[in-house]
Amino acid sequence: MIEFRSVTKRFPDGTVAVDEFSLVIPARQTTVFVGSSGSGKTTLLRMINRMVEPSSGEILIDGESVQGRDPVKLRRSIGYVMQNGGLLPHLTVVDNVATVPVLNGVPRREARARALELLDTVGLDRALAKRYPSQLSGGQQQRVGVARGLAADPNILLMDEPFGAVDPIVRAELQQETIRLQRELDKTVVFVTHDIDEAFLLGDQVVILEKGAQIAQLGSPSEITEAPASEFVASFIGAERGSRALRAKLTPRGTVLVDAVGRTQGVLVGDDA
Amino acid sequence: MNLFAEAIAWILSPDRLGGSHPLPQAIGEHLFYTFVSVVVAGLIAVPLGWWIGHSGRGREVAVAVSGAARAVPSFGLLVLLVLVFGVLHKPEAAVTAFVLLAIPSILAGAYSGFEAIDRRVIDAARAMGMTEWQIVWRVEVPLGLPLLIGGLRSATLQVVATVTIAAYVNLGGVGYYIIQGLPLRRFDQILGGALVVVALALVLDGVFALLQHLVVPRGVTAGRTPDVRGAPTRRRAVVAQATD
Repeated sequence: MIEFRSVTKRFPDGTVAVDEFSLVIPARQTTVFVGSSGSGKTTLLRMINRMVEPSSGEILIDGESVQGRDPVKLRRSIGYVMQNGGLLPHLTVVDNVATVPVLNGVPRREARARALELLDTVGLDRALAKRYPSQLSGGQQQRVGVARGLAADPNILLMDEPFGAVDPIVRAELQQETIRLQRELDKTVVFVTHDIDEAFLLGDQVVILEKGAQIAQLGSPSEITEAPASEFVASFIGAERGSRALRAKLTPRGTVLVDAVGRTQGVLVGDDA
Repeated sequence: MNLFAEAIAWILSPDRLGGSHPLPQAIGEHLFYTFVSVVVAGLIAVPLGWWIGHSGRGREVAVAVSGAARAVPSFGLLVLLVLVFGVLHKPEAAVTAFVLLAIPSILAGAYSGFEAIDRRVIDAARAMGMTEWQIVWRVEVPLGLPLLIGGLRSATLQVVATVTIAAYVNLGGVGYYIIQGLPLRRFDQILGGALVVVALALVLDGVFALLQHLVVPRGVTAGRTPDVRGAPTRRRAVVAQATD
């Protein structure tokens, strides 16, 4: 469980990225921070592993304040996946994945063996283990990034717009993989994205953020879609127009649902159907 | 015979192996001064440059100082330092002058090597839980090495050319033949000495070119088109596949 207690982050130039933010992130679930750029979502994420220090307030992991912990040890105990993978270009795939265990003192041979298993876990061919990041496609690099985040078997996995730089087809594939991994590995995942569809797909709990990390709405995807808390949320999730604004249309064979641009998105079925 | 042929004849003459200033000994002195000066300069400039590159502090100062230092006339500096150190410490004075000459290039190579690294790579290393030392040694040093070697390379070339003037304060080296030949109007000797310095510079440059090639981390070059000259064969291979 991760808890934010009235956390504020003011950068030296005066911008307030996060203003009095409080939230409880339940364990073993996926929580998604979603908002447009400038909403402070990445800052929130990076405060969990002390990559950013809050100006005031507290962040607790399982009841213990992160401020009291050594940042290096804290970061090694938390998986971090970033956009473009953030892989070290001079290390092979297997050594990239094995980095954190090696830093923690696991013998290199053992760490590599474990890294190979992790490549299986994230759906990468072991033949890629000896390649360098620049020899991989964007999607493959991203999978390596996820494997590296999982390498030290952390309880918490932070994912900072990990699929922002890959094409839509690969992104959909990676999203499905993330859902599968979460089901298998049961981690506390904190995921940051600006894509509301991704947030609704991956999140057990979705936090919609406005400027200054003000919570516009907090809830499950269904709760948010069924009852948007404000105009802002409604327009952000596209409830009035776009793919989520559906209206019923009667056809000779039953009722179908049509989106704002007139494309039929599905068929309305009764509970007994 | 023209002057070049005379100069070559002077270099190859058996007299160069004997006399009060045999050529191999002069080359040895020349390389010794070069080596010592570059090593001392490296010991000063590499840690300093890495610190600047890692911390981002003092960069403006380093740029200004190394820019200004490049403009210092080496001959004037040498004479000044000999006067300051006293005639009993001429070797120290000379090495100090060459060190001051070598520092700007090495310093620039060291910090620009660090600065050229993608910030996201450093950020990822820190987020994974590397300590600042581990970031320096495991990420920044290997990735910054090619540019550092480039800095050492240009420093060495500059020093090997400038060590020639050490003979002006009677420290030997290949410059001896040039300095001694000038009043005697021995043009074959002057040109011969100059050609030997050029040859030394070219050899050292070749060694560094090789070294620079070797230290580029493999992952950095991997995946790129290796060489333009390699392109035609690759293109043929693709065409062959397409027609299959």
